[in-house]
Formats: sequence, C-alpha cells, structure tokens
Amino acid sequence: MALRDTPTLRILIDASPETEPLPDRYRTLTALLEQGHAVTLASGTQPVSPADTQPTLLLGLWKDTPEFENRPAHWTVQNIHGRSPAQIADLAESHRPAPRNPWKPWFPVIDYDRCTNCMQCLSFCLFGVYGVDGERRIQVQNQDNCKTNCPACSRVCPEAAIMFPKYKAGPINGDTVSAVDLQKEKMKVDISALLGGDVYDMLRLRSEKAKSRFSKERDADKALTERQKCLVKLAEAGDIPAEVLMSLPSPEEIARRAEEAAAKAKAALQPGV
Amino acid sequence: MNRHRILYCHCQYAQVVPPEVKAGVLQALCDSGASFDAVADLCELAARKDPSLARLSSGGCVKIAACYPRAVKGLFHQAGSDLSPDSTEILNMRTEPAGAVVDRLLAPDLQPNLP
Repeated sequence: MALRDTPTLRILIDASPETEPLPDRYRTLTALLEQGHAVTLASGTQPVSPADTQPTLLLGLWKDTPEFENRPAHWTVQNIHGRSPAQIADLAESHRPAPRNPWKPWFPVIDYDRCTNCMQCLSFCLFGVYGVDGERRIQVQNQDNCKTNCPACSRVCPEAAIMFPKYKAGPINGDTVSAVDLQKEKMKVDISALLGGDVYDMLRLRSEKAKSRFSKERDADKALTERQKCLVKLAEAGDIPAEVLMSLPSPEEIARRAEEAAAKAKAALQPGV
Repeated sequence: MNRHRILYCHCQYAQVVPPEVKAGVLQALCDSGASFDAVADLCELAARKDPSLARLSSGGCVKIAACYPRAVKGLFHQAGSDLSPDSTEILNMRTEPAGAVVDRLLAPDLQPNLP
C-alpha cells in the first residue's frame, strides 16, 4: 500500500521587495530541502503554486512581523531575523506536524501511454506489488513490497512500460524507449526463455532436483551450490540483485503466490466476470 | 514578469542527478530573484501520494527541473495529480547541463514537452 501519512510541511518564504533579502538563500534552501520540506520562495516576480490546506510555515525577514488578518488556521508565521540557514532549518523542523514514516525511493511507475494491460508484471511479481483497479486496469498497489534495486518486472514488460525513476539506465529510468531498446529488452527480459521455461518453474525444478539429490546423497552443500548457481544465472540475465533472488520464498510459497498472481491476472483479463 | 511557475526537484534520495547540476540550477534560481517552488524529492511525494502534488500540478503553466519527462509524468499520474500536457515543460537535470536547464527555466516562453 502506498504511504499516506502526514503531509509535507510547506515552507513559504516571503522574499518580496518589502522584506529584507535573505542573506544566504542557496544554503537556506538546501538545508530545508535536505530535511524533506517543500519550499516556496515568493518574490512576486511570477506565480507560485497556489495555497492549499497543508500545514504552512510562513517565514520572512520583516522589520516588524506582519499581522495577517485572515491568516488561515494551518499557517504559522515566523520572523527569521538573525537566524543562520541551519537555525532556519531547525525552526522548520520544530514545526513539522508529525514524524514521517520512512519510505523507499524504489518503486515501479507505470507508463500508461505504453502499457497494454497484459498483466505480465502482475503475473511475474512474487511480492504482490501489482494489482488492478475497479476497471481492471493494472496499477501499483503495494509499492512498499518492492525489492530495492530489483527491476525484474520492467524486464518482463514487453512494452518497456515500467519505469524505476531512480534506476541507473534507460529506458527503465524513464528515458525515451527506442526500437533498439525494445529489442534489447525482449532479449534480456525473456529470462524464462533463457532458462528454458518459466522462471519460477525453473527455480522449483532446481529446488526439487536439489532436494532429490539431497535425499539420495545427503549432500546439503551440493544442493545449495546448485540453487546458488541457478540464482546467479538469473541475476545475470535480468540485472536482478542477488540478494533479491536469495531472499525468494520457499518453492512451495513461490508456487502458491505465482498461482495467486496468475489467477488475479486471468480474472482481470476476462471480460464481464 | 513570467507567466509560468518554476518547480525544482532536489532528488534528495538518490545520486542519479549529478550533484553539480542540482547545485548549479538551485544556485542560479536563488541568484535570479525569481519566485519558485522546490521539493526535496518528487519520487517521495508520489510514493506518499502527498497532497503537495495536487498543488504543484495545478495553477497554470509550469516548468519543472527534475529528470526524464516520461518519469515525471508517470509520478504525477500515479499520485492522481496529472500534469497538463499543454502547459508543462520538463527540464532533465540527469542529461542537461545546469546552464541549459536554467536558461529554459528563466526563459519567458514555455515549450510543452510532456510525452
């Protein structure tokens, strides 16, 4: 589920000609942004984003702190005379409505201009990141389940419609998708083809083989090596971090989840059901 | 007076935008005396479905200094706050030098480029 917690504190800096100039704008802005605040510097030269109902801290270097007759209840006014950028950042921090939940800067973003609603991502992702909306349109539903640095779902997308904006390279990072990219993606993607079958089946098969060997030979190390070999191959084929593959659930759980995802995808694709 | 708004994304939580480009753009905006909005990380706001995105996507023409236009469009869409294709210009700090980004941000005309 997407994080929905306390809204960002908006810091509105009055930089109009009626105020004294902020001595070190750049350092002040940087300090505030590094704390995660949204900042509006309003000098009156051009429009800024409109007022809303978010908690807002209005700062300025006024000779006398102005009285705002119709000041909204969610606004706080503070004169920042004599404060350094670090002190201004501390002041802003003290007005934060509540501590924010941590978030992961790694989650998929669907390019709906490219997405054909084929449900391959939903079928593929073992971690339940994807779901469908009321109109059976694929959507990112549980982005917190996404495994950091794992772009596997964008590899399986035949249309290169899944982006990870913090990814290092295009088109996964949102760069334009070229015909060459599509071809390349197809080659990389088809992890299943590279392994001669469905990726999860492959894992299951390997695991079963390893189990069988284990039962015959009582050689746990050999079984483990076999599984690791398989995972390394997968990692190389799909640019999937080894730790993601190593943390995959048990083969039984994989099978259960894969069936569940496939059923969800199938149901979403069936008209009128 | 420019009619468009300016939005700067600090891409706080990853090293994907060259730090010298971010610093150059923010410094130039501060020095220009222009009004602008700045956010720590558009990805974070989208992840949280933060109401700030609704505010930032409304209010007319906007130039956004962030990353790839396709990604920025997707982030706003995923958070339920679509950008207007006719009144949004996105400047890519991942690929453009700071000077080129600043020139476009401060130019009086708007060149919509949402994919």
